Amino acid sequence: MADLSALRSKNRLYYVLLALGGLVVLGGAYAVHMMEHYGHVISGMNNQIVWGMPHVFAIFLIVAASGVLNVASIGSVFGKAMYKARAPLASLLSIAMLSGGLAVLMLDLGRPDRLVVAATNYNLTSVFAWNVVLYSGMFSLVVVYLWTMMERRMNPFNKAAGLAVFVWRFVLTTGTGLIFAFLTARQAYGSALLPPMFIVLSFAWGLAVFHVVQLAIYTWNEKALDPAIMERKKKLLGVFVVGSLYMVATYHMTNLYFAHQTGFERFILLDGGVYPNLFWWGYIVLGNLLPLLLIFVPALSGNKSVLAASLLVILGGFALLYVFIIGGQAYPLNIFPGYEASSSFADGQISAYVPSLYEFLLGFGGLAIAFIITTVSVRVLNFMPQDKPYISD
Amino acid sequence: MSEIDTQRRQFLKTSAGAAAIAIAPGMMLIQTAHGDTQAASSKVRWGMLIDTAQCKEGCNDCVSACNKENGLSGKTGPTDSQWIRKIEIKDISSGRGLSLPMMCQHCEHPPCVDVCPTNASFKRADGIVLVDRHRCIGCRYCMMACPYKARSFVHEPLQDQNPDVPRGKGTVEACSLCVHRIDKGQIPACAEACQNKAILFGDLNDANSEIAKKIRSVASVQIRADLQLNTGVRYQGL
Repeated sequence: MADLSALRSKNRLYYVLLALGGLVVLGGAYAVHMMEHYGHVISGMNNQIVWGMPHVFAIFLIVAASGVLNVASIGSVFGKAMYKARAPLASLLSIAMLSGGLAVLMLDLGRPDRLVVAATNYNLTSVFAWNVVLYSGMFSLVVVYLWTMMERRMNPFNKAAGLAVFVWRFVLTTGTGLIFAFLTARQAYGSALLPPMFIVLSFAWGLAVFHVVQLAIYTWNEKALDPAIMERKKKLLGVFVVGSLYMVATYHMTNLYFAHQTGFERFILLDGGVYPNLFWWGYIVLGNLLPLLLIFVPALSGNKSVLAASLLVILGGFALLYVFIIGGQAYPLNIFPGYEASSSFADGQISAYVPSLYEFLLGFGGLAIAFIITTVSVRVLNFMPQDKPYISD
Repeated sequence: MSEIDTQRRQFLKTSAGAAAIAIAPGMMLIQTAHGDTQAASSKVRWGMLIDTAQCKEGCNDCVSACNKENGLSGKTGPTDSQWIRKIEIKDISSGRGLSLPMMCQHCEHPPCVDVCPTNASFKRADGIVLVDRHRCIGCRYCMMACPYKARSFVHEPLQDQNPDVPRGKGTVEACSLCVHRIDKGQIPACAEACQNKAILFGDLNDANSEIAKKIRSVASVQIRADLQLNTGVRYQGL
């Protein structure tokens, strides 16, 4: 009888979690309604900071959705059994985060009701139009990939589907990086380093999200994750964090080398107020150094350390994107090189931006969509990693 | 021939007549709305030459004229639309100060058109860069791509619009070179309003036009010429 009551309370907890997620989604829907009714004037965005907090959430979710598939690729493409057992969960997370991220991106549009226009008019030179294809293609491919894993009769096609997803997600994250890489006029963007930087960042963010969800599922099912498995995946996260730190450092170092970019770097790294603070404290210290300590200091081993490290990597990701997207726009566009400029349209001035509550509601709404998709799917289908008794690789 | 058949003929005739009467006014309205359907010619390239020596600091006549012509509020808050603005610039090395109007430069290779996912940003055959308000989804990618910050996003519901210049909440807009005036044979409002005649408007492709002659005879520059966008708006004395 005691067992049964435990089951009942867990059942209740599941519905409470679902209801909480639903409430957050409702909050997002309310924000969308308000922005539709009153216009973007109620957001913190303006004619200088045209992309704001919603884009930070959306890009994090989309980049992490691609990176989480790393777990699946190491299993399906490189044949590692330990990762293969986790491929279904990774694919589910990818679909969930892609849905959440795209929802935020779409609902932030000035005219989200014109989705059909976006789906029927493709400008072949636009990275955004490519991304419409890349995102929807990724969604379908991952669904097929899941099908080849979860339906026995489809198993023979698993390798091919895994390879297709592997290639597609590289192209997808390249596309996300290219959104910014093609903005040649802006000091913060217009660098060929951005697509590879986003790919490496996606590895770290995706794996961090995976760790959090995996630990939650094991705890929910009252199972202990094999420490050997945890050890390997933890070290992998460490490697990805170091890799992404390297890419971000290279991006800033190359900018520092170009004389015409030093003003911008000074702003982002030194005297730009909130941006250097977020960069150094949020991204470097909390998002990189602390997680690396938690991962590589032997005395700190344990699931709690991995959970903390993963959450910090996620937090650092948000901090970096805030600095990258909003800081990049806040720094004045250099229309007249060699001149000081001033005007009624903020020329030559640092642009101010304070995110509004509606933007946060929309962003968290996207996170909640990903949360609900994951929670319901994990409940009704079998996404619990099934490890073999002996892992040869 | 049976009686039923005549009835049917009568019915068909009446229906056809009624349909014609119902559709005709609509067709006429469409005809009227389209107005003169003569397409823009690619032989023409509209452009401007702005003489910064004639542009006075503190004078805002071009901006006011633009606001009036296009139904803009004239407010300059961070979320208000500004299709044309006066920029005061100062040479950092010499300290020489200049004042000039800045608006959409109507590039031959416009980055906004390249990045627009739905083809809402487009370049007309005569070189005018425009936004199709029916196609714009409000993604603001064009605003990120424009090197001149020429575009504004409509952040609020609009009232009292100028019927010649339809605008829309949630879409992006910019200087249209007063396309509605050009199509009537007039010059842009800013050029007309400038008391010092600092803005010369005309066809860059017509070798005999005043603007083409002037560009041949005086030194003029394109802003951010390094981006090789071949702007339609040129500046003199910069």
